[in-house]
Amino acid sequence: MIEKFDPLKGEMLQILQPDGRLDKSLRPDLGDETIQSLYRHMVLIRLADQKALALQRQGRLGTYAPVIGQEAAQAGSAHALQKADWVFPSFRETGVLYLHGVPLRDIYLYWMGFEMGQKAPPGVNVFPISVPVGTHPLHAVGAGYAAKLQKEKICTIAYFGDGATSEGDFHEAMNFAGVLNTPTIFFCQNNQYAISVPRKKQTASKTIAQKAIAYGFPGVQVDGNDLLAVYAATREARERAVSGLGPTFIEAVTYRFGPHTTADDPTKYREDAEVEEWRKLDPMLRLQKYLGERGLWNEGLEAQWKADAEKILNQAIQEAEAVPLPDPKEMFLYTFAEPPPPLKEQMEDYLNFLKEKEG
Amino acid sequence: MPKRNLVEAINHGLMLEMERDPSVVLLGEDVGKEGGVFRVTDGLQAKFGAERVIDTPLAESGIVGVAIGMAVKGLRPVAEIQFEGFLPPAMDQIMNHASRIRNRSRGRFTCPLVIRSPWGGGIHAPEHHSDSPEAIFAHTPGMKVVIPSTPYDAKGLIISAIRDPDPVLFFEPKRIYRAIKEEVPDESYTIPIGQAKVVREDKDITVITWGAMVREVLRAAEMADGEGIQAEVIDLRTISPMDENAFLESVRKTGRAVVVHEAPPTCGVGAEIIARINEKALLSLQAPVVRVTGFDIIVPLMKLENHYLPSPERILAGIRKVMKF
Repeated sequence: MIEKFDPLKGEMLQILQPDGRLDKSLRPDLGDETIQSLYRHMVLIRLADQKALALQRQGRLGTYAPVIGQEAAQAGSAHALQKADWVFPSFRETGVLYLHGVPLRDIYLYWMGFEMGQKAPPGVNVFPISVPVGTHPLHAVGAGYAAKLQKEKICTIAYFGDGATSEGDFHEAMNFAGVLNTPTIFFCQNNQYAISVPRKKQTASKTIAQKAIAYGFPGVQVDGNDLLAVYAATREARERAVSGLGPTFIEAVTYRFGPHTTADDPTKYREDAEVEEWRKLDPMLRLQKYLGERGLWNEGLEAQWKADAEKILNQAIQEAEAVPLPDPKEMFLYTFAEPPPPLKEQMEDYLNFLKEKEG
Repeated sequence: MPKRNLVEAINHGLMLEMERDPSVVLLGEDVGKEGGVFRVTDGLQAKFGAERVIDTPLAESGIVGVAIGMAVKGLRPVAEIQFEGFLPPAMDQIMNHASRIRNRSRGRFTCPLVIRSPWGGGIHAPEHHSDSPEAIFAHTPGMKVVIPSTPYDAKGLIISAIRDPDPVLFFEPKRIYRAIKEEVPDESYTIPIGQAKVVREDKDITVITWGAMVREVLRAAEMADGEGIQAEVIDLRTISPMDENAFLESVRKTGRAVVVHEAPPTCGVGAEIIARINEKALLSLQAPVVRVTGFDIIVPLMKLENHYLPSPERILAGIRKVMKF
């Protein structure tokens, strides 16, 4: 299906219109109950984000990169994955991490400044967050190649933004994936801004999806605020991957409602009017309409789900804040399998210094 | 005289050079409309236009590579890499091109390029926002490496860097971007690259440092005062080329030295300083030189970051150790 939408002709996959109307001919294999349950996850993701922002303002959490506006892109794509698939996230992936099994407590821990928050539990195939932009799609390609050799029928998926597609490493990853025919999904959340730089200044290409064509595999532009379109495209990309057809590029067209991070002030570079226009395309709204028409959403349910999410999140935050400060010794332990003698000496010297300071 | 912090002082230096020399251009991620994530280039695009203050695509290798082409062709580019942790993608361009063009063309082509980058730890930032990679670049023949520690010096040094005929990496200690405000004159002035500064003259021991650590060392020196130890403090200001005479002279006087830096100790700039002291002032030494530095580890996230960065207490312990020897 995705190959029917030619990015060079400006064709974008959209299944659920902003007004809640559904293109039945394209409807993926998702029942209404599942759509409702994904919507509930999106409610939680949005609230998780708001909580992180509030904690940051109170000094209880460090710099944070909010997801608000990109919930459909994250929930739709993550839901299309299987547990065994490998996720390679950038730093704006709260929704994906959560849906692929990273405990909410750990997500908060990371942003609170604990490395431990990046230690995905066993069986949760989520790579640590890559802060350097556009570098980790290569890792997804390598891991995809490894999976092929290991005869695992899985895909690897790299998440990144529009800005990342300017980096050299991104292009090398696309090229390697094409040449090595790896089971890799390149999932670009085009949220229109790389900090202050708008998408049109990032690349002279009309679409980002069309870049895949030059690398010899399909690229599709989807409405990133349309949960169903994102799910359908990712699902198909995954099928292509596990059946040996190679990589797929998905450009999810969305919008970052919030700042780049809590350290950013978007009023410096974009107009409120623009944000308001995009707010009409908020990924939650069309699902509310769609589900509402089927008796699966109303204000009362929304309030109930928010309250449920609130409980879950408060619990996660409480657990995260109950984690004691790490022992300073911890910072020395993961540089190598074993600290070599000079490092051990540095560690012992420092721990002695601390002991003397206290005593 | 107006008071300026480090951000304002560098901004003012850039502005004066852009006014003076139309070939000066700025480029980097978010340097234009946004004025840089730390606002170092604030207002410059409005003043000089988008042709001279260029918001680039997000690509560090691209920024430096394009700046090299500009520099060779007669512009004076000042490229910004948003955080020092994002310099690695540009390493190929810096180590394999910017630093080699003069030599490779036997002087026919030169690369008068400045690469500015916020540098160092102490702001509780995410990973890759707290590193101190100055040794890597000081180890690159053909690169100059400058790290100011005060607004006054920052302005004079950025102007020198722009006028320098060779590529300069200009590291800005982000921890003190807004922490120090001092008198910085409106007029243009330069501070020579390759010249250290004695920021505290004294007799018992020499402490050599740079960047945000200067402030920590000065605090440690005050604490040492209370113990009757008079510490001389040298702000290196330029890492490469290194003003060795400044610290050799001091060490010949005091006979004792401590080097303080944020970067890991192994193969760090401290090792180079100690080697030079050993080569040229060994017989003046009354004690082995001690390093107080970060550790050979990744800079921890905010919960443990303070344990990584040398504190005045750790520096004082280093001073005591040398004094007690």
